[in-house]
Amino acid sequence: MAANSSGGGSSDRQRTARQRLSVIAGHLQRPADGDVAVLAAECKAQEADVSGEEKTVPRRRQEIMKWNGWGYSDSRFLFNKKGQAEFTGKRYRLSGMIIPGLKDWFESTFGASLQHKTPATPILNSSAVPPPTLNEALVEELKSTSIPFSHDAEDRVFRAHGHCLHEIFALREGKLGRVPDMVVWPNCHNDVVKIVELACKHNVCLIPYGGGTSVSSALECPREETRSIVSLDTSQMNRILWIDEKNLTAHVEAGIVGQDLERLLNESGYCTGHEPDSMEFSSLGGWVATRASGMKKNIYGNIEDLVVHVKMVTPRGVIEKSCQGPRMSTGPDIHHFIMGSEGTLGVVTEVTMKIRPMPEYQKYGSVVFPNFEQGVACLREVAKQRCAPASIRLMDNEQFKFGHALKPQVSSIFTSFLDGLKKFYITKFKGFDPNHLCVATLLFEGDRERVLQHEKQVYDIAAKFGGLAAGEDNGQRGYMLTFVIAYLRDLGMDYYVIGESFETSVPWDRVLDICRNVKARIVRECKDKGVQFPPLSTCRVTQTYDAGACVYFYFAFNYRGLSDPVHVYEQVEHAAREEILANGGSLSHHHGVGKLRKEWMRETVSDVGIGMLKSVKDYVDPNNIFGNRNLL
Amino acid sequence: MPTPLKIPSCQQRHAAGLMEDETWVDLLKEKKDGCDLSHACRPFNPQTYSGASHCTTAELNAAVLESHFLHRVATEVAMETGVTVKEVKEEARSILEEMSQNLQLGFVRLMGFVLTKVLKRIFTGVFFNMDGLNTLQQAVKENPVILMPNHRSYVDFLVISYILFTYDIPLPVIAAGIPLAGMSIVGEILRRSGAFFIRRSIGSDKLYWAVLSEYVRSIVRGGFAPVEFYVEGLRSRTLKSLTPKLGMMQMVLEPYFKSEVFDITLVPISISYDRVLEESLLVHELLGVPKPKESTAGLLKASRVLQEDYGSMHVNFGRPLSVRQLCEGRINRGHYNLIPRCRTHVDLVQSPTAQEQACVSWIAHRVVRLQEQGSLLGPWPLMACLLLRAPAAVLTGEGLPWRQLREETLWLRRLALDFGALLKFPGQWNNVCCLFSVSDLHRSVVQRKEGRIYLVEEERDIPRKHPLSPEEGVLRTAAPLLMLAAYQNQCLHIFVRPAMLAVAARIAGSTQRDELLAAFCFLQVVFSNEFIFVPGRSHQDFEEACSLLEKCGAVQADRQEVTVAPGGQEVFSFLQELLQPFIHSYQVPRSPFQVLTEKHFLPTVRNKATNLILSGDLGTYEALSSDTQKNALSALRRLEAATKLRNEYKVNLAAVRRIGDALCEWLDRNTFIVLKVLFITASNGSLKAFFFSSLSL
Ligand SMILES: Cc1cc2nc3c(=O)[nH]c(=O)nc-3n(C[C@H](O)[C@H](O)[C@H](O)COP(=O)(O)OP(=O)(O)OC[C@H]3O[C@@H](n4cnc5c(N)ncnc54)[C@H](O)[C@@H]3O)c2cc1C
Repeated sequence: MAANSSGGGSSDRQRTARQRLSVIAGHLQRPADGDVAVLAAECKAQEADVSGEEKTVPRRRQEIMKWNGWGYSDSRFLFNKKGQAEFTGKRYRLSGMIIPGLKDWFESTFGASLQHKTPATPILNSSAVPPPTLNEALVEELKSTSIPFSHDAEDRVFRAHGHCLHEIFALREGKLGRVPDMVVWPNCHNDVVKIVELACKHNVCLIPYGGGTSVSSALECPREETRSIVSLDTSQMNRILWIDEKNLTAHVEAGIVGQDLERLLNESGYCTGHEPDSMEFSSLGGWVATRASGMKKNIYGNIEDLVVHVKMVTPRGVIEKSCQGPRMSTGPDIHHFIMGSEGTLGVVTEVTMKIRPMPEYQKYGSVVFPNFEQGVACLREVAKQRCAPASIRLMDNEQFKFGHALKPQVSSIFTSFLDGLKKFYITKFKGFDPNHLCVATLLFEGDRERVLQHEKQVYDIAAKFGGLAAGEDNGQRGYMLTFVIAYLRDLGMDYYVIGESFETSVPWDRVLDICRNVKARIVRECKDKGVQFPPLSTCRVTQTYDAGACVYFYFAFNYRGLSDPVHVYEQVEHAAREEILANGGSLSHHHGVGKLRKEWMRETVSDVGIGMLKSVKDYVDPNNIFGNRNLL
Repeated sequence: MPTPLKIPSCQQRHAAGLMEDETWVDLLKEKKDGCDLSHACRPFNPQTYSGASHCTTAELNAAVLESHFLHRVATEVAMETGVTVKEVKEEARSILEEMSQNLQLGFVRLMGFVLTKVLKRIFTGVFFNMDGLNTLQQAVKENPVILMPNHRSYVDFLVISYILFTYDIPLPVIAAGIPLAGMSIVGEILRRSGAFFIRRSIGSDKLYWAVLSEYVRSIVRGGFAPVEFYVEGLRSRTLKSLTPKLGMMQMVLEPYFKSEVFDITLVPISISYDRVLEESLLVHELLGVPKPKESTAGLLKASRVLQEDYGSMHVNFGRPLSVRQLCEGRINRGHYNLIPRCRTHVDLVQSPTAQEQACVSWIAHRVVRLQEQGSLLGPWPLMACLLLRAPAAVLTGEGLPWRQLREETLWLRRLALDFGALLKFPGQWNNVCCLFSVSDLHRSVVQRKEGRIYLVEEERDIPRKHPLSPEEGVLRTAAPLLMLAAYQNQCLHIFVRPAMLAVAARIAGSTQRDELLAAFCFLQVVFSNEFIFVPGRSHQDFEEACSLLEKCGAVQADRQEVTVAPGGQEVFSFLQELLQPFIHSYQVPRSPFQVLTEKHFLPTVRNKATNLILSGDLGTYEALSSDTQKNALSALRRLEAATKLRNEYKVNLAAVRRIGDALCEWLDRNTFIVLKVLFITASNGSLKAFFFSSLSL
């Protein structure tokens, strides 16, 4: 069992390979209770065939990705002829598996039915795409630079949106709004410098595009923009330029997506540890531009903690610091104008990031609590003692049930029997009410000794709050959910169910109240807005800090009988955000503001704050070349 | 003797909220068939608030004592007073012990058993609206619920708990005054029925406030049980709604302001009695015979009550109100984001914001208004109005012709219906027996003899050694008159807005809308202790008055003018006369005092009023009522003509002059109000209005 992980003197590559094997073995024959090491990366799509030099994201995204849904074209949920849910493709652990419980959960939670389908428009009708407004002079000059560009309809549509519900919903209906007129693929920092110069010269609007995973309408083309809009796709700037083992830093081009960055670093035995849920597709530049947060921030920090040096190309020129000192007292940190600028000031081209040796050992875990209140109290205590594992997340009862519904079919009768036994034990013996209990999922990382020690410490704290260790399986399934949930939304949309998640951060003593009130507000608003079925309104606490926590809400409903479901959805989400703010929650913990949450910026940062940001924008980009109109 | 009232021509006749629309269930009828004992022993499985943290009374108390908030206040108190935190906490514990309820189902069953027996004996029916109860049943599952009954009798809350018990609704914990706790056995029984006890005058006792507010908030926050309290603060001795008290209201609303709960549901409950158990007690309290200290023995003496018939009782469970909805646009909860939560609670250090205070007051007033609107009225309050129009001498002397009273009652019934009153079986009032039986029920106040109706003057229990002194004579007549006035008060809320418009029309001497409105608003300021006006709604109240009067055909209104309709004068004079006693009573408190101690205020004023009545200068016995006198004093204070300094009331000459000036200025601008007020009151042969005295001082 434990023999398969800590690979003392063996090379990194071998170690990785061995860990992988162990995972597969572990999955096939999982002991009921044991400390098997598994890699976090196992939860997301596996790129086993891709060698170090091959990159995930091609210029033509349509070759591997959906145009009107989440992720890879070959991976999706569907209900097969027998009415069983199934996940297609080969990339994920869940791929090719049957998920027997999903249908019942889906139908009973949403009042949905497999009989009532709302299929998406199958293919993108290029003729429906408005013809591009090209700035001929710019096109001419671009041609002479050898920087690739395109005004192909598909290319442009792909870069016209992020993954907000309304964006995807419109695509599924075949509706296209304003799309960029052109896409350029710079290959390096200097290409970007050239493009920005040309854009200024010819007064076109530039919108940086990283991984396209934005959930704040940040990538949407402003309707009022009359200039030619050029989408600057960073995906081909995806090299690690150097690794500095002495200082544990890596200098990386900003277009690299998370999975490539981790994989390439892993090959040298390192990692950044920055793992936002969208890491398969989101880019380093995107993280910097949105102030992203990764699941394992407790060990590695959020993006602002990881960045040592940034280079950004602005209409005024390149902004960067002169050295790589770990901390400086040189007035306001200019990095903080860059981080969170959401593509309004310039293009992040290169970033020096902290790296860490890959952890020797990883272990999932889970704890069941009799109710959400106890769970939150436990997380608070863990934060107080500053002993949070790499990741600790607390799901409420609805999500716990959701997680259960996502259990793939198991072949061994023995396992399911054990499952049954476990459930019986939890619900009956310990007096846990299945309609109240909730579960925390844990991920420990580090050297083996410490992980085990750490684990004990956390479980001991949990026990004080009535928490009961519930095995690694439950934990791992929880993290797996993270990577497939976006695919599940597409499945819902095939059957009249729409939904989305949104997040906030809030002081500890308001966590319970905000969770309760926002969930209740969603239910109330849905009712008021004429939604015919009770919505799914659930939350989880996904990050802990000294002074508060990050809370994530999921909300979905069956829209049968509504004439304008997206509008209803937006009204409810709007109300939910108002509720968050009234409850002392922040406008955003990591998704950013974009255009979706702009209206609350003034009250969030005060008049003077807005003025400060405006004056920076006015100085850096007086002609609004970076005209995506986010934030302000 | 006012001329008999004729029925005006009504354009529309709304049968507003008649009893027939709703299913009223008689609790006693239901139970009469079954056995009381088995009822008391029935299984009780209420469906509780879904978000409730199920804890025991002891756990609740422990949580209160261990709360962050209390700890902080205790630390502060310790610092301020120089004792140890431990001692302060010990004190907090004993405060909580004195305060806390100890709801026990067994006791509720016992109470239920006894109560059924008693209720069956004294009431012919205890009605409640089934629809309201069904809605409540639903509401308790969704949010913490606050039950807000009006308070007219000591049996109010027992009956409510009993109804809830019968229909499987979680039993409330009830805020009660500490004197009740002092009644040894009864206090304990009440405690076990869910009552918790609050000291009457808390003043600036910081620790007490802290314990109380944390206790109440904890119950609301955790959905421990529905909280029941009387927003009027006291049992109304005039049977008129009292100006709401805001302390408790603030405490129950706070968890919403601080986003500690998603919503809170307020349920106004209107309780009305055909005949109030404590009727004679009330009157004696008002006349200054001190209120008997609530003792067990006193209650037993009250067992005389059991021999009498009190007609029926109605409990109307109002439509639940969502605090969230009420607060929309009034409270910005985000204001509390920058204050640590254990500090945001109201204590003496951190008093509520103006925004919050205004909202609390507004909600409290609204609830009282809803209680008024939900009260069910029989013929008796209307008859009382009509009886009181006659001079006391007539009522005690030759009496009123019964036929006239009957006709007028039917006339007034129609007017009341037009004004949207909730009347009890109004269709049956024509029936000969109906009004007879009503007057019979009230034979302690009136007597029917040979086609005429008379006031029953008080018997003195003490054997008379010497003839009655004139002062005693006044009191003797005053008692039944005040009782009549109290019953009249039950229906005043229906008429008060139109009546104020009618009076405003008279003082303004104009038909212009804006002038009428100004006069109307002025009257609202003067009488805001007397009647319930929701703050900030003067304009709507005015509009409401106009439209009601229009509806009954008494006025014609357009955008500029409101004029008395042909044939509307009847209604108009009736309404003006309705308010007259109040205007008259308000004159009394003026003359004798420039400086008056609190203790001497009431006796002095009462003597003065008695003398005025004896001299024939004052025709209104209601001026003898201590409640009226207190209200008048409040009005003076509100107008800053009197100030309170420690235990003394002082007439602030400068302020009075300032008001005088202000009024004069107003007078210049509007050239109507004050003089007209003085004019009417003077022309009615009474004393000058109290504001005149202010001016002349
Ligand atoms: C399923 C799902 C899960 C998610 N989970 C997380 C999570 O766990 N944590 C988290 O923080 N976020 C998460 N997000 C949100 C999103 O992934 C992040 O905002 C991410 O940082 C965006 O990166 P991107 O490369 O996709 O940027 P894009 O979506 O392409 O762009 C986002 C914004 O950044 C600007 N931008 C992009 N690249 C650059 C650049 N190089 N220079 C300047 N501006 C640039 C764009 O103009 C745009 O305004 C999630 C989103 C989805 C759909």
